[in-house]
Amino acid sequence: MGKRTVIPFGPQHPILPEPVHLDLVIEDEKVIEAVPSIGFIHRGLEKLAEVREYPELVYVIERICGICSFGHGLGYVTAVEGLMGVEVPERADYLRTMWHELSRIHSHMLWLGLTADALGFESLFMHTWKVRERILNMFDLTTGGRVIHSVCKVGGVRRDVEEEMLDRIVSEVRETRKETRKLTDVFLRDTSVKSRLCGVGILSKEDAEELCAVGPVARASGVYQDMRLNGMCKYGELGFEPVIGEGGDCYARCKVRISELNQSFDIVEKTASVMPDGPVEVQVRGPLQAGEFMMRLEQPRGEALYYVRGNGTRYLERMRVRTPTNMNLPSMVRMLQGCDLADVPVIILTIDPCISCTER
Amino acid sequence: MSNTSKSPWLIHYDGSSCNGCDIEVLACLTPLYDIERFGIINTGNPKHADIFLVTGSVNEKNAPVIRQIYEGMLEPKAVIAVGVCAASGGVFRRCYNVVGGIDRVIPVDVYVPGCAARPEAIIDGVVKGLEILEKKRDTVRASKNKISEVS
Repeated sequence: MGKRTVIPFGPQHPILPEPVHLDLVIEDEKVIEAVPSIGFIHRGLEKLAEVREYPELVYVIERICGICSFGHGLGYVTAVEGLMGVEVPERADYLRTMWHELSRIHSHMLWLGLTADALGFESLFMHTWKVRERILNMFDLTTGGRVIHSVCKVGGVRRDVEEEMLDRIVSEVRETRKETRKLTDVFLRDTSVKSRLCGVGILSKEDAEELCAVGPVARASGVYQDMRLNGMCKYGELGFEPVIGEGGDCYARCKVRISELNQSFDIVEKTASVMPDGPVEVQVRGPLQAGEFMMRLEQPRGEALYYVRGNGTRYLERMRVRTPTNMNLPSMVRMLQGCDLADVPVIILTIDPCISCTER
Repeated sequence: MSNTSKSPWLIHYDGSSCNGCDIEVLACLTPLYDIERFGIINTGNPKHADIFLVTGSVNEKNAPVIRQIYEGMLEPKAVIAVGVCAASGGVFRRCYNVVGGIDRVIPVDVYVPGCAARPEAIIDGVVKGLEILEKKRDTVRASKNKISEVS
């Protein structure tokens, strides 16, 4: 029975690019309790809905988070379209699906890199990020931005993607897949990586359900849950089936994300092959209708919820986002209980925390 | 790059940024942009750092953290504000929990524009920061010499 000590973790910590603070109560080397405190990045941008007109607000919403910016833009415009009863053209919907999956690829690769860095495997981090640049390049060429795209708008998308560009995306995705395979082999087979991930930070299926885990964290614990099954975008037409893992440890979460990466490559290729012709936007004019609308969307990190309430003006009365990391924090605290102090950074990373989403 | 005699290390802190600039800062460190060719390494310790790279704007809660990191760094040091949020608050300027740019708390040497700032722009900013760092180093050296002359 050792003495209890409290070790502060963060807000400025080399392992996380974002500020989150944890008070780790430890006994010898074991973590007894982890108390997270957040609020370093709170901006209060939901309130901006009152001063920005609804077509303008999409730029603010995209900047909730720079990693899942496309997902946030998509969620917001879909919610407003639902409120106003706007039907989006087929092609725009397929383009959104494609970009959304590309952003999942970039987000998961970013996560793989950061995890490698947390393991102390710096060359793997560098290689993963090198491969990821291909996807960012595709975003740059098709939307005009590397991380903030501003391509979704109420009523469709702002830019069309030409046939040649689609072919190029497909060939780039094939190349990326080839390069990723070499890297993922290291993540899944390398002994030193496995020794850091296997059996660490276990979250049982019961705990995942009880603590309302979402996204890859829930799926790695064996929970069958993916919002892409709910009929958002064109996933229904593309024959989508979620990746479910087992075990609920860090290795399982890594494996689920790697399988999702491969699945996203498939979906991008498929969308490019079935992309219908036609317009990419419809005109949406006038004030918002009075009423409310809520939609759920599967982001790279899990389920995000968007709620909008209109009151007949051009300003939303209330805009609310619930983000995946917010839902995964209780699971993270559960995973940290009883772990070694040295494993804390890895466990925190495996929920793929996005603090700027959480605090907005 | 003849104007740098040392390899400056940088420390990065995310104010209340959206992550956009942060992942671009990380992208600078990775093979495509490879800021390490200037001898620059990302460190987590303020005492080891010469350049303070801040993204995002200032709010009540992170202002003391930014100040603490800045004060922890040894002279000479350069501060680079990356992105429009760090310059003025940017798109979040009218949010209730945003005080403004980084210069409300600590002196800033270089402002890097962009939302999100592109890696090329960040590298350009850092290189400008290196020049400033070099000048500051000369000033520190000159004042040290003067002190030793007097004593």
